[in-house]
Amino acid sequence: MKNLRWRLAIVAVVIVAAVIYVLPTLAPGIWPHKKINLGLDLQGGMHLVLEVDTQKAVEGAVERIVQEIRDQLREEHIRFVGLDRVEGDQISVKLAADSAEAFDRVLDDRFPDLRIISRSRETGVLNVRMDLPDEEVERIKRLAAAQALETIRNRIDQFGVSEPDIRTQGERRILIQLPGIQDTQRAKELIGRTAQLEFKLVDEAHDPRTAESGTPPPGAELLYQVRTDPTTNREIRTPFLVQKRSLLTGAYLTDARVQIDSQFNEPYVSINFDRKGARIFEQITEDHVRDRLAIVLDNNVYSAPVIQEKISGGEARITGSFTADEARDLAIVLRAGALPAPVDILEERTVGPSLGADSIRQGLISMVVGGLLVVIFMVIYYGSAGLIADLALIFNILLIAAGLAAFGATLTLPGIAGIILTIGMAVDANVLIFERIREEMRVGKTPHASVTAGYERATLTILDANVTTLIAALVLFQFGTGPVKGFAVTLSLGVVSSLFTALFVTRIIFDHLLVNVRVKQLSLG
Amino acid sequence: MQFIKPDINLEIIGKRRIAYGVSGILILISILSLIVHGGPKYGIDFAGGTVIQVQFTAPVSINDIKQGLTGAEITNPTVQSFGERANHEYLIRTDMSEMEEDNFIPKVEEVLQTATGETADVRRVEMVGPQVGKDLRAKALFAMFYALLFITIYISGRFELKWLVSAVVAGALMGAVYLFSLLNMSIPFLIITALIVSLVLFWFLELKYAMGAIVALIHDITITVGVFSLFGKEFSLPIIAALLTIIGYSLNDTIIVFDRIRENLRKFTKNPLETIINKSINETLSRTILTSLTTLVVVISLFVLGGGIIHDFAFALIVGVLIGTYSSVFVASPILLAWQGAGRKA
Repeated sequence: MKNLRWRLAIVAVVIVAAVIYVLPTLAPGIWPHKKINLGLDLQGGMHLVLEVDTQKAVEGAVERIVQEIRDQLREEHIRFVGLDRVEGDQISVKLAADSAEAFDRVLDDRFPDLRIISRSRETGVLNVRMDLPDEEVERIKRLAAAQALETIRNRIDQFGVSEPDIRTQGERRILIQLPGIQDTQRAKELIGRTAQLEFKLVDEAHDPRTAESGTPPPGAELLYQVRTDPTTNREIRTPFLVQKRSLLTGAYLTDARVQIDSQFNEPYVSINFDRKGARIFEQITEDHVRDRLAIVLDNNVYSAPVIQEKISGGEARITGSFTADEARDLAIVLRAGALPAPVDILEERTVGPSLGADSIRQGLISMVVGGLLVVIFMVIYYGSAGLIADLALIFNILLIAAGLAAFGATLTLPGIAGIILTIGMAVDANVLIFERIREEMRVGKTPHASVTAGYERATLTILDANVTTLIAALVLFQFGTGPVKGFAVTLSLGVVSSLFTALFVTRIIFDHLLVNVRVKQLSLG
Repeated sequence: MQFIKPDINLEIIGKRRIAYGVSGILILISILSLIVHGGPKYGIDFAGGTVIQVQFTAPVSINDIKQGLTGAEITNPTVQSFGERANHEYLIRTDMSEMEEDNFIPKVEEVLQTATGETADVRRVEMVGPQVGKDLRAKALFAMFYALLFITIYISGRFELKWLVSAVVAGALMGAVYLFSLLNMSIPFLIITALIVSLVLFWFLELKYAMGAIVALIHDITITVGVFSLFGKEFSLPIIAALLTIIGYSLNDTIIVFDRIRENLRKFTKNPLETIINKSINETLSRTILTSLTTLVVVISLFVLGGGIIHDFAFALIVGVLIGTYSSVFVASPILLAWQGAGRKA
């Protein structure tokens, strides 16, 4: 029968294709194709959801504008009483009423985008409140989220994690999956660090100890250097009084590398500035010889060396009694750049590799035991026809595995459960068909006619019944992440492949037996 | 071999009032249990918090673990033995969802070792912040809702060839959900309202198969959730996956019976609906029981051998398969008769 031969050919092609996809997983190295991806719950690793505090990015932008206004007012010799960032993202200016005109000119010329919230005059003082327009705020937030994603991706790439998955989730969340990572604490610190590098002058005129008990003098702030004494393991906090305004930031960095100090045999991070940064650095060091310049990272003072002479060439070093790993991670975050806003960890899931291995073992054992029980049951209940169903079942599992490999989907522990569930439900299609065939035979039809009628009548029912499971699985796929998504994937694959094996593959076997082998007696147990 | 003889003719429809009684009692117990326990017990996926799975080299006392945890500033933890006894594994759960402290995992291992005198190995840490928990809860409920919605559209379209009507129902439902969500209704109430609206719509539009299927589904989910609540088990993301699977599975059973009812309705136009439904249930009984059996076999094997992490998931599936099979025989089909009882044409 020509028709039968064609169908056999199709099945043969499917089998060969499935084997090609599955082989690399079973015997690595045979084929260049990739192995089946294992989820974090099976191979161990870390899943993180971060939220970018985009409001902080807006506040940072406003702070910079305040700085610019201050510079501009000084340049134009316009005196002001107060100029500050207030209530997070607003700018408050207080100045003598008679310089109002000059101030407005500066505002119109240089800061046309600022929105005036209120403007009032009392006893000769002009009070102006300003902020950024809503679209600008939105733009800054969007940009901050996008930049944070890019920066984190860079850091992870340089840290060296194989096949990380980093993507945005909603407007300001970032989902990070790091399979197989061992030192989760270190990875977390590397990712979550803002890494805002600043160079600030130390305020030598005041004593930091007195500032500690009171308030720091205007224009200055109190920062700490935190260090752990290697012999006593004690934390030493040294206060520093530094100028609020930073002279130079990490934005001008081109490179950061770990080097070993030949004198103390200690690692340090050497950084290079771009041309503009180098020029600024040269200027600072020229203007402030004999002053101390604090190197501040995320509001922690790393060191505050005295400037001995003008430094040109745009190179500097950050020391701070690092371990080799700390120095390496610092170099990575400096190279990858600062996060535009701090991030918070909203969700964290860490699975150790040994637990993952246990899960794989237990999942496989329950799959084999459950599968064997079903296989044995089918043979007992349906006789040789049960054997055909069992063949379809094994083919089915092969197809699910091939599907996982072909689509690059991820196998998770619930995913294994999905395969196990499919084993139980896949025989359902065969049961439906066999029960129909039995019914038809009872009416007195020939084996061939019974098989044909059985398949024809059962097909629609099987399709209807499976569509509902498929709908549930697809909804699940849409809403789930990680392990649950893995379950939806194997369940959907299982439904589709069991339709194929039950309606197409077993039919061929029956037809072959009835037409080619001319079996006269059909055994359905 | 045959469990069910081909000529079997059990009186199922005639005894449907007994089934209604049984189902009613089960649902009542479920709802009571939910009320007594103050709603479903949420795992950290939905409530936020931290779970730590620790393995020791030898059995230790739970009190020692709790004692030790105070050293890592973990307050009010619940500690329970986890998985197989021979593994000496424990699950620590706390409401805290921040691990600001550096070196959290080594610290926990250290304090546990000091307190119990055994080497502790932290194998899994899951932390979910309260905001994420809330988001996941909303997402899970909407997933359940959409699964129900799509399935009803499919059933009423497929069985009664009323695609247009079912599309209208779907549109009305989504509109209702949207309107109520504007009222800032909490999501569980939103879903319940949507379900009531859909039942009323099905009733008046005479979408009886859809009605039967949905009643059976609500029945299955309520009882499964109730059993979970009775056993004090927690709802997590995988459990929602299990519930959705149960929806799919129970419907699968129901549809096969419905398909037979439609076929027999065409074949025996003279017989009363009651007889036809009873005949159809009996004809498909063999298949219903067989499939439930094979599914149960694999799910039980998962429950027994699959390990602690998948334990509750398998448990939910076992309950769901049992209830789903029961409901497709004793609940979904008898509901079709409700129209007759209400004096409508079948």
